[in-house]
Amino acid sequence: MSALSTKHLISIKELSTADIETIFNTADNFKEVINRPIKKVPSLRDITIANVFFENSTRTRLSFELAEKRLSADVINFSASGSSVSKGETLIDTVKNILAMKVDMVVMRHANAGACEFLARNIDAKVINAGDGAHEHPTQALLDAFSIREKYGKVAGLKVAIIGDILHSRVALSNIFCLQKLGAEVMVCGPTTLMPKYIAELGVQVSHNVREALEWCDVANVLRIQLERQATRYFPSLREYTLHFGINRKLLEAVGRDITIMHPGPINRGVELNSDVADSSQSIILNQVENGVAVRMAALYLLAN
Amino acid sequence: MNTERRLIVPAAQLQIILERLCEELVEQHGQFENTVLIGLQPRGTLLASRLHQILEKRIQAPIRFGVLDVTFYRDDFRRRDEPLIPSATHIDFSMEGKRVVLVDDVLFTGRTIRAGLDALLDFGRPERVELVVLVERLYTQEFPIQPDYCGRRVNTLAGEKVVVSWKETAEEDNIWIFSN
Repeated sequence: MSALSTKHLISIKELSTADIETIFNTADNFKEVINRPIKKVPSLRDITIANVFFENSTRTRLSFELAEKRLSADVINFSASGSSVSKGETLIDTVKNILAMKVDMVVMRHANAGACEFLARNIDAKVINAGDGAHEHPTQALLDAFSIREKYGKVAGLKVAIIGDILHSRVALSNIFCLQKLGAEVMVCGPTTLMPKYIAELGVQVSHNVREALEWCDVANVLRIQLERQATRYFPSLREYTLHFGINRKLLEAVGRDITIMHPGPINRGVELNSDVADSSQSIILNQVENGVAVRMAALYLLAN
Repeated sequence: MNTERRLIVPAAQLQIILERLCEELVEQHGQFENTVLIGLQPRGTLLASRLHQILEKRIQAPIRFGVLDVTFYRDDFRRRDEPLIPSATHIDFSMEGKRVVLVDDVLFTGRTIRAGLDALLDFGRPERVELVVLVERLYTQEFPIQPDYCGRRVNTLAGEKVVVSWKETAEEDNIWIFSN
């Protein structure tokens, strides 16, 4: 029997509400651990974890690595740049070679949606999705919801607006599933060109007016404008995006409600979020980063069970 | 499953045992200036808080008290059928140089205590560690671990289980032996 209903952590969609609660309750205990003078426990002493990153990452990768080390696991890191992937090795071959070195768990980020699901079906090790294309980023959604729960004591009944590039965002999709499972109401807000076509089918409200979204919500989760994916010109210019969708102090004061501001990072300061908001007391962005380690420790610990 | 239970220590007697354990602790630790009381989660904490109450009343001074969860330090992780779900740890002081009294309800294999010693060291280097248990099951220890203060020693069969129930969670303070 396992503590979770799934063997891998590929998506929030496949998790049950009870699974999410179990992860949160365990993360509470790990949060206490990482605030001790000695921030380490020996739970995963005999486990080896490979962090396999086919896409760039700072936060997620450091957060996973720290979580693994705080659990005393042995860690190996792999990144696609500078590896044999550039010589044409396939995904399965790459990972099977890593597993031949007796690895128990794989944390993978990949540019293609479904890559982790594919891997989980083809190898014996447990797989944790650290972001697959525009599909899901489950641990980010878990740490976001955990941070909301920490601030408000609950998630159910809260109104959360996800603002920005919904189309390219795996964070948005995982967040929608996670928040809905926990009983929150979700609104997505962004330019029409950055909104997936049938997003309302997921039971979320859709808005194209950031002020309307801010007037409605308790929590605003602001997403990054993915500058690297703007080759096709989803909006005329960054300045225009900032003018219509950027969040600054003046706008928040005009809305006049005490909204919690979140951002999965990295922030484009002055684009989607102004520094006078990102660094204010309303922002829980750095709490999100701290909670990320605790939540990832919980996920790793429970999956290793 | 047909479970049979047998009362080995009734409430009145349990109270006498608790008071005796406290007297023994006071004999060794006096006013508890440099001594802390640590209950092991989940089942040792109720005993620890009970001893804490009696001791504070007895010496008329505050005693530092914490609860410690050892789940992440267990050596049987992944070797059990059911998952190990952790409880909370609350220790808001350092163990550095302290005399620590670890409290658990039943000493069986000694593995929880071993994990507890590991967990304890993550809060600093104590000057000395002592162990209080309410029940010591004889000849079942798998580690060289013995209590310094012991409520009751009992001889049990391998399939039996010793359970301490407290009035906070059950109707009365009692110690039972369950056998299948």
